[in-house]
Amino acid sequence: MITIHVRLFAAHRDIVGRAEMTVQQETGATVGAVWERLVAEYPSLGRYTGRLLYAVNQQFAEPGAVLQDGDEVAIIPPVSGGARRIEPGQVCNRFNPL
Amino acid sequence: MSKVSLSNEEIARYSRHLIMPEVGMEGQRRLKQGSVLLIGSGGLGSPLALYLAAAGVGHIGLVDFDVVDASNLQRQIVHGTSTVGMPKTESARRRLRDLNPHIEITVYETQITSANAFELMRGYDVIVDGTDNFPTRYLTNDASVLLGKPNVYGSIFRFEGQATVFAPQQGGPCYRCLYPEPPPPGLVPSCAEGGVLGVLPGVIGTIQATETIKLLTGIGEPLIGRLMLYDALGMRFRELKLRRNPNCPVCGENPSVTTLIDYEQFCGIAPEAPAIGGQYVITPLELADWLQRDDRPFLLDVRNPYEVAIASIPGTDKLIPIDQLPERIHELDSAREMVVYCRSGVRSGRAVELLKQAGFRKVKNLEGGVLRWSDDVDPTVAKY
Ligand SMILES: [Zn+2]
Repeated sequence: MITIHVRLFAAHRDIVGRAEMTVQQETGATVGAVWERLVAEYPSLGRYTGRLLYAVNQQFAEPGAVLQDGDEVAIIPPVSGGARRIEPGQVCNRFNPL
Repeated sequence: MSKVSLSNEEIARYSRHLIMPEVGMEGQRRLKQGSVLLIGSGGLGSPLALYLAAAGVGHIGLVDFDVVDASNLQRQIVHGTSTVGMPKTESARRRLRDLNPHIEITVYETQITSANAFELMRGYDVIVDGTDNFPTRYLTNDASVLLGKPNVYGSIFRFEGQATVFAPQQGGPCYRCLYPEPPPPGLVPSCAEGGVLGVLPGVIGTIQATETIKLLTGIGEPLIGRLMLYDALGMRFRELKLRRNPNCPVCGENPSVTTLIDYEQFCGIAPEAPAIGGQYVITPLELADWLQRDDRPFLLDVRNPYEVAIASIPGTDKLIPIDQLPERIHELDSAREMVVYCRSGVRSGRAVELLKQAGFRKVKNLEGGVLRWSDDVDPTVAKY
């Protein structure tokens, strides 16, 4: 088993309830496997699958990147930015999280 | 050498720049010769416009179609109480004109679209993305890449912000290298998402302004290929090293996007809020009447606890924030008549859809949410 430090951002912090966590993974686990594990635990994360920016030890990484013991994985959802609110009947952007 | 010259008045104004060798007369002339298009003059655009104008950027273009609202002033510091109700472009122009009469300001009181993006952007050296929605972000990115102009990116979310410079022509990635395309349609947005600490766009916008000035003067190490992440609550900056994606649909080796597309459709924007069948909606007046009767429905609030602290509908039976609804649906009784509400009716509409999919049939969305309840039933309930 290996220990992975996970960093979460923006809406993911609301869904999971914290900004960082430590998980145990099988030796040879990939970045994508860490994400799948989080989705299994927090199904509301599932809608971000395939639309994420991953970084391992602060470097851009593909989902297939193999992790080493002690690695830090940052998972960054797209953030539309700004502070606009959706009003009733207003055209809305479905990309925004719930 | 830059062709423009500085007047004695300008030399006096910019003296704190001129006495630093990294900027000096040459750097200040480059700023004066430079031009920047700011897309959006809201939270990010406010500090950007103010600092770029103060720094002496010779030509600033402002694109915005919005009007100043009192709720903007918590963070949009280029505007003021005296300009509430005025177009943001005009409000910003007045402030910038007062701040620095030596620069040229061009305002475009319009929405940037696929039809006008090239025309708006073509005359400017640097594009700055201060927008608040995905269609404009993708449009700004694609048009900047296709025109070969650097795109200074910033984004904010509550207490967190991001900034980087997208410049594939200088070897860095573009926005689509990170997020090639938005997720498929099917999700409805949050009205609670709009919260932001007022000072946050100040931090991110000034990072963008700093990078813009560095690009125009050619000094320092630009924020290309690096994403700055800022967390105001933890007061931490983190830097992620990015790289260009050779398969990027816009800046990659075989781009599939070679001209501007319909970004509203691309980002899954519906022409109007998703329709919910007539039997699944109820108006505030109907609900007020029903709540008085013996067969009153179960009233479910799907907002967040901090919203309940602002205002609620009396008689609410249960609070389950929309994000937790999939996991907590078993706490609800599908046999009982139920009305669901949120601030404006968008999240509760999504909740009704979720409940219908889970087999609930006696469930209704309160049209217009707390906002319309306040308008139609009880004005003592605060609108927020
Ligand atoms: Zn790209």
